[in-house]
Amino acid sequence: MVFKLNNHLLSMIASGNGHGEDSPYFEGWKAYDSNPHHPMENPNGIIQMGLAENQLCFDLIQDWLKNNPKASICTHEGVNEFREIAIFQDYHGLPEFRNAVAKFMAKVRGNKVTFDPDRVVMNGGATGAHETVAFCLADPGEAFLVPTPYYPGFDRDLRWRTGVKLIPVVSESSNNFKVTREALENAYEMAKLDNIKVKGLLINNPSNPLGTILDRETLRSIVRFINEKNIHLVCDEIYAATVFSQPEFISIAEIVQEDIECNLNLVHIVYSLSKDMGFPGLRVGIIYSYNDAVVSCARKMSSFGLVSSQTQYMIASMLSDDEFVGKFIRESKTRLAARHGVFTDGLAQVSIKCLKTSNAGLFLWMDLSGLLKEKTFEAEMALWRVIIHEVKLNVSPGCSFHCTEPGWFRVCFANMDDQTMQVALSRIRTFVNKDVDTKKPKRTLRWQGSLKLSSPRIYDDFINSPRSPLPQSPLVLARN
Amino acid sequence: MVTEIEQPTVELSKVAVSETHGEDSPYFAGWKAHDEDPYDESSNSSGVIQMGLAENQVSFDLLEEYLEQNSEASNWAEGAPGFRENALFQDYHGLKSFRQAMASFMEKIRGGRAKFDPDRIVLTAGATAANELLTFILADPDDALLVPTPYYPGFDRDLRWRTGVKIVPIHCDSSNDFQVTLEAMEAAYRHAVAMNIKVRGVLITNPSNPLGATIQRSVLEEILDFAKRNNIHVVSDEIYSGSTFSSSEFVSIAEILEARGYKDSERVHIVYSLSKDLGLPGFRVGTIYSYNDKVVTTARRMSSFSLISSQTQHLLASMLSDEKFTENYIKTNRERLRKRYEMIIQGLKTSGIECLKGNAGLFCWMNLSPLLETPTRKGELALWKSILHEVKINISPGSSCHCSEPGWFRVCFANMSEPTLEVALKRIHSFMDQRKTDAIQSPPQL
Repeated sequence: MVFKLNNHLLSMIASGNGHGEDSPYFEGWKAYDSNPHHPMENPNGIIQMGLAENQLCFDLIQDWLKNNPKASICTHEGVNEFREIAIFQDYHGLPEFRNAVAKFMAKVRGNKVTFDPDRVVMNGGATGAHETVAFCLADPGEAFLVPTPYYPGFDRDLRWRTGVKLIPVVSESSNNFKVTREALENAYEMAKLDNIKVKGLLINNPSNPLGTILDRETLRSIVRFINEKNIHLVCDEIYAATVFSQPEFISIAEIVQEDIECNLNLVHIVYSLSKDMGFPGLRVGIIYSYNDAVVSCARKMSSFGLVSSQTQYMIASMLSDDEFVGKFIRESKTRLAARHGVFTDGLAQVSIKCLKTSNAGLFLWMDLSGLLKEKTFEAEMALWRVIIHEVKLNVSPGCSFHCTEPGWFRVCFANMDDQTMQVALSRIRTFVNKDVDTKKPKRTLRWQGSLKLSSPRIYDDFINSPRSPLPQSPLVLARN
Repeated sequence: MVTEIEQPTVELSKVAVSETHGEDSPYFAGWKAHDEDPYDESSNSSGVIQMGLAENQVSFDLLEEYLEQNSEASNWAEGAPGFRENALFQDYHGLKSFRQAMASFMEKIRGGRAKFDPDRIVLTAGATAANELLTFILADPDDALLVPTPYYPGFDRDLRWRTGVKIVPIHCDSSNDFQVTLEAMEAAYRHAVAMNIKVRGVLITNPSNPLGATIQRSVLEEILDFAKRNNIHVVSDEIYSGSTFSSSEFVSIAEILEARGYKDSERVHIVYSLSKDLGLPGFRVGTIYSYNDKVVTTARRMSSFSLISSQTQHLLASMLSDEKFTENYIKTNRERLRKRYEMIIQGLKTSGIECLKGNAGLFCWMNLSPLLETPTRKGELALWKSILHEVKINISPGSSCHCSEPGWFRVCFANMSEPTLEVALKRIHSFMDQRKTDAIQSPPQL
């Protein structure tokens, strides 16, 4: 059955493109969906490296579930609880769920802070949590500052139905994309000039897509800034447990506990189990606010996105198992560190650099600016299309994250097995070397060794060289 | 140690400080009274009996039986498709097997009289999310939806709070059993126009909450024609469709559309949920079924804010595709609800209380207008309070449902055991007896 479209009958929100799916970011997804890699069935398909999922520790989870059938109300062992749980739709959430989440959040932060279960508010994933916080804090037309580069989903989550604006706070590679006081002030002033009221600052710590954490000084500077301007601070900490090497993660919860002047009513944390535990399907989003009015309002709004009580019950059970949780967090960090290492080493072998300060997240922030024909976003998109269609990897171009410098790409590494990762690395090696070989076929190994030291410039030389490369080089396609 | 600074409070949003969440209504005082002194068969037999909660607890044993035989643990074992795939699945299209199971379940409930395409099913975390989402899609802030009174109090929040959309009531009264009439719809529409408000749609609940009755076929046809004439949407909230006491009495809007060859159906959208029919409100399973492609696409994207847990989708996909289970469940559930309804109607009758003739739902619509001191909202609230404190049952006053005639109350009968219902009926009987005695002893002054 085909039904006529009748667009003028729908709302402005529905008729616009605030859903964000017209962004080029999604082109890669479509390409992947139509030709997905599978080790046996489609070894030449596109490898998905645009999906920030944590798939490294499911064996631990599966073991736990096998040994704890009571965690499910849908098993013989747990069915006694079924009735009570199936009826439970109180937006306060199951007390044991809130307690377990509060404990887990503390543990992930090395127990350096504690969380009050009565401030834990559920929501439909971090997606729902962000939208709810925006509904609570800002009116249509008002704005949040967000440091670039940032997760593309924010454009939809914070703006689509709320009518709230996002104003970028620019960060640059010259200082490893740190958030500076100067950049915050600039963004704030720009908003003022445009007559836009800034209601808050949204930070993502650890950062997606950078894979870095904020240092203590930056966090303190941010806290001072929001207190001076009297605006809210929303801290998205959904990657908190993915910090796999030094320096240690510092949560905003720690900062506000220190001897620092801060109006606690301004501080709110968004959390989720989607990344740290690898459960995006379960839709467990959390708002943790130090502001009573926000807790109360967000809780009422959570009616629109409560966590299934079946899931609350299981999560409560799992996260109350201290031994399991400790083991999981430790093991997850170890495996992420290992993956990260193999990947960065593999990339370094072909002189591809990644943001060197990264020690967290499920991805790398890769610098391919040296491969660009020119330092423009058109060139970045052209290179990206080559990577998708020729190299057959779906990576995410920096422009989709609102990065102000062309040439950066986010590559996810935790959503595949070891074998697939090796395939991805070998494809990258082939791509890079093919280009090297086609440009200077008689180069010796000694020359290739020096490639590591000065890669961007050498690639520039190739591109500008009067010697025309062979037609089958992917770089040719990129230029054309 | 934090140094607290004396600061002017940063404002929250207008939405946050408004009272459109509706929780300050007197309606909630009843809940409070129950929470502070809840009835329990053994430990608190003089406590407040909750009859304000439209929950279906009569068929849990059927679900439990199914679960004993089809353990979730089988999904968690090694080798099976397993927990991993499930936990990773966050595609807003939803599990295909679940959508198919839902489509099939919705067809069964309608006795096969309408067909549902799984690809038109959009999944949301409960009907609460579905209704809000549809409103965001069909109307702009300050526009209005027409809603027949009396209606579910939650609509005030779900349709209006964050959307900024208004509700303009279509007034219905007891003279024709509270059925929607063309006159009433047109009056509501004119009223909106006079206030410079753009009407975007009509939202009906069928079977009706709080009436506990299905909407007649002729009325549905009239509503559709009215919508067409005014070029507006029709949202049909059919969350109680599986709770009709007999399958043949419920006519879904889907059936009407099928009879019309789906002509002009892109303005029609159905909301469904498993909270009432299956008694699983905690699982947050809602759906939007739209005949409009753009609405389906947009709703699907918007559902990102309120997806159904994949764990729950997986469980219910299995359960609802089990033909034997669903057929038996639908039949048995209807039967048990019908029995409960007859029990309460009979009990109320012997107490001298009349109810609207009902044929669906988890509640009945009780007429206590003869007992009002004054035929006003104030009189109704006073009566409600005395029922709460003397009879110790929490029922829902008609004014909380925006009923324009004072004296009607919604009483739920499916959220308790039969013995508890007996206790409630006994208390009501005593209360009514007492009032008769009082009336005899102190006749009205002439």
